[in-house]
Amino acid sequence: MKKKALPNLYIALIMLFLYAPMAVMIVMSFNGTSSTSVLSGFSLKWYGELLNDRVTLQALSNTLILAITSSILALIIGTLAAVGINAMRKKWVKNAVLTVTNIPMMNPEIVTGVSMMLLFVFVGHMVSSRDVLGFPTLLIAHVTFNLPYVILSVLPKLKQTDKHLGEAAQDLGCTPLSAFFKVILPNISSGIITGFIMAFTLSLDDFIISYFVSGPKFQTLPIVIFSMTKKKVKPDMYALSTLIFVTVLVLLIIMNVMQARAEKKQKAIKQVK
Amino acid sequence: MEKDAVIIDLKNISVSFDGQPILRNIDLYIRDGEFVTLLGPSGCGKTTTLRIIAGFLEPDSGEVIFEGKLINGVPAHKRQVNTIFQRYALFPHLNVYENIAFGLKLQKKSKDEIRSTAEEMLALVNLKGFEKRNIASLSGGQQQRVAIARALAVKPRVLLLDEPLGALDLKLRKDMQVELKNIQQRLGITFIYVTHDQEEALSMSDTIVVMDNGEIQQIGTPTDIYNEPKNAFVADFIGESNILDGIMHADFSVEFHGIKFQCVDKGFGKDEPVDVVVRPEDVDIVPVEEGMLKGTVTSVTFKGVHYEIIVDVDGFKWMIQTTDFTEVGSVIGISIKPDEIQVMKKSEYSGLYGDYSSFSEEFDELSDPEATPEDEEEPVEA
Amino acid sequence: MNKQSLTSKLINAPYIIWSVLFILAPLVMVVYYAFTDRSGNFTWDNITALTAYKETFGRSIWYAVLATLICLLLSYPLAYIMSRSSASKQRTLMMLIMLPMWMNFLIRTYSWITILANTGILNTIFKAIGIGQVQMINTPGAVILGMVYNFLPYMVLPIYSVMSKLDYSLVEAAQDLGCNSRGVLRKVIFPMSLPGVISGITMVFVPSVSTFYISQKLGGGKFLLVGDSIEMQFQSAYNYNLGASLSLVLMLMIIVCMLVMNRFADKEEGAMII
Repeated sequence: MKKKALPNLYIALIMLFLYAPMAVMIVMSFNGTSSTSVLSGFSLKWYGELLNDRVTLQALSNTLILAITSSILALIIGTLAAVGINAMRKKWVKNAVLTVTNIPMMNPEIVTGVSMMLLFVFVGHMVSSRDVLGFPTLLIAHVTFNLPYVILSVLPKLKQTDKHLGEAAQDLGCTPLSAFFKVILPNISSGIITGFIMAFTLSLDDFIISYFVSGPKFQTLPIVIFSMTKKKVKPDMYALSTLIFVTVLVLLIIMNVMQARAEKKQKAIKQVK
Repeated sequence: MEKDAVIIDLKNISVSFDGQPILRNIDLYIRDGEFVTLLGPSGCGKTTTLRIIAGFLEPDSGEVIFEGKLINGVPAHKRQVNTIFQRYALFPHLNVYENIAFGLKLQKKSKDEIRSTAEEMLALVNLKGFEKRNIASLSGGQQQRVAIARALAVKPRVLLLDEPLGALDLKLRKDMQVELKNIQQRLGITFIYVTHDQEEALSMSDTIVVMDNGEIQQIGTPTDIYNEPKNAFVADFIGESNILDGIMHADFSVEFHGIKFQCVDKGFGKDEPVDVVVRPEDVDIVPVEEGMLKGTVTSVTFKGVHYEIIVDVDGFKWMIQTTDFTEVGSVIGISIKPDEIQVMKKSEYSGLYGDYSSFSEEFDELSDPEATPEDEEEPVEA
Repeated sequence: MNKQSLTSKLINAPYIIWSVLFILAPLVMVVYYAFTDRSGNFTWDNITALTAYKETFGRSIWYAVLATLICLLLSYPLAYIMSRSSASKQRTLMMLIMLPMWMNFLIRTYSWITILANTGILNTIFKAIGIGQVQMINTPGAVILGMVYNFLPYMVLPIYSVMSKLDYSLVEAAQDLGCNSRGVLRKVIFPMSLPGVISGITMVFVPSVSTFYISQKLGGGKFLLVGDSIEMQFQSAYNYNLGASLSLVLMLMIIVCMLVMNRFADKEEGAMII
């Protein structure tokens, strides 16, 4: 028992460090006044306020729309790309494409954001349009930084799949296209889902890149939060964050339990064998 | 064998990848109901030939004819030909039953028909009661059987088998050989079987097609191929053989080791240089004074059924299989009957396969890349 | 065969076009803007102007190195403890470490102000126990703390994932061959966890060296980093050309750092094999 005390204490300290700001956020969301630093009285008024905050709600829905569209687009292009890359036979072509794929992941986000902004501004100049930045540019940027995550989670699944599977399906009467949907897709679906979830959450949470490629007409939640933290953050933002925190927590717990069950089941199957 | 209708006819097929020829002018016809084996070392083009018949690969030139109709350009899913893949390529996301029903569903068969066919197939491969099993939970042999059932369920006219037993262990392999042959005879379907295992080819096939280097070296029945190899490659690849340089003086008379032997071959030019093949089991050991040749025994290995001895005759190491024990160092006489001598025309393979001077079975196996199941022989395409 | 290569081209086309237009072209734009003036003429001015930013670059690198080092020191024992825990504990800890990453980092960073401010939670506690007020907010320490706080999970996860796959029988083999526990750590566990450490270092260093929000909020704008300078050029000074040259140098600097580190990692691995 004694041997475990030190590691456990260590873990507890790290968790304290990680969760202190979140605890502050949650506590302050129930504050009676509009201060985000001094707690005075318990109230739910900021949760009520949140429902009336048009700007925040609009930003929230914008964020969701952007995250859904960009991750679906990235999913389609990325899955196709992974299939294409996997089928590439020339090594140097494959390596070149994979290197380019890695660029948005390795480059600092600020550089990615700035470089895309420059491209959009440059193109805007050419068509002499003043405000190019908006939903389309945000969408392009989000798809771009989502793509590598989709590709890199689908590629290993494709590699694991028997390369003759598609041929076997065609052999039994599938057209090449239906062979893909009936046989290849089900076998890489777990990779596609992982990629999609990663893309979706990255897109939801992105601030730095969005900050450079968004315009005043279409603002996402992180951008609204940023402009708020420049002046004063109202506790309703804490209320929103608390709600998001609880949602994520519940989702993660569900996933965790499901994973534990799946593992138990697998163990049981193995024992039967 | 009766003259059945030709079902598949390959005419002058050539394929190359990245400028490297894989198949050169292949001409081959296959009769309906035949068990044909494409036999050869890895890289000889046998899998490529199979893929051309299956429709996964279009030849650069030449015609693929199925029952008299040209089928170049017809995609795989429209051909009445099915394949058993090297590693089975079973669909891991489907169970055994769904795998077998896969092709039937595509043929839009009724539910009842699918069920009865699938059950019939499972019975055929001795897997009754495995319907609901997950593919990953099956052993290699069971997966093999599912693959056979899946391919046969769609009632192909021709079944292509690409080293189907390569991943199984020896015992299972032998059992499956018998079983596959039985299935083929029962259903009367044409089997085109690819293997690098000469024993497998000899014991299962009606016809063997020996390939090397993208070319067909010989086509014939197992006995033909074994007894009358056309060139040094075939002689060496199939079974053990002593291959000697010889000179054909006249019909029925060949000289090697400086001695004239009677043989049953004819039709060569006068004094034409030839390759002579004598199988180790066809050499008789006789007392020295009765021998046509004499030599010194340099090694003796007990093989169970017989001894395998290496005999040095004027520097050429003969391999002889005999049931009589001889001692290392003893001098023996050798006698060969005329019909045990096979005379072959000189070919590009002449001189590549000599005697047994560096012979060691273990060494052979170690350096044999095909001791492990080989992968696709096709080089990567651009 | 022509048909096959045509379909493969069709499959690859959307992504290739996309990555040329939106990955490569933007980088070309950075170079273009860095070497032109407002009217689009070639100039070296944006590059020479960078001499004024020597200190900023130096500070960015120094803070990022410190933050990365602290992350590594904190993460390594944590990852090790995690990898030796029971499966259910591992899962729970993983979840706890990942959970903050799902929350908006602006809000989380902002919350630190409440904790570190002169009238904040920590100082209230300090005063109550008689230590007196300590200046924490708007110091370099606060900026580095912000970096460590935000990027710690990026260090823990790769190290943990390598360690959890580490074959424990190797440790036993080392002990069997006479290694003491420190030797085991130094000669077996550390070299084998090196790939995780390397990817952790990159994943912490890159965002740390290029951040701008953390330094603005927790440093009070007193300790400008490269990220701040770039952000300013694009969002308030509107000198895109100078901003581009700053970005270009930042990017090149990171590439050089990564090359050096990969070289170092290769050598380590090479040494291990020998």
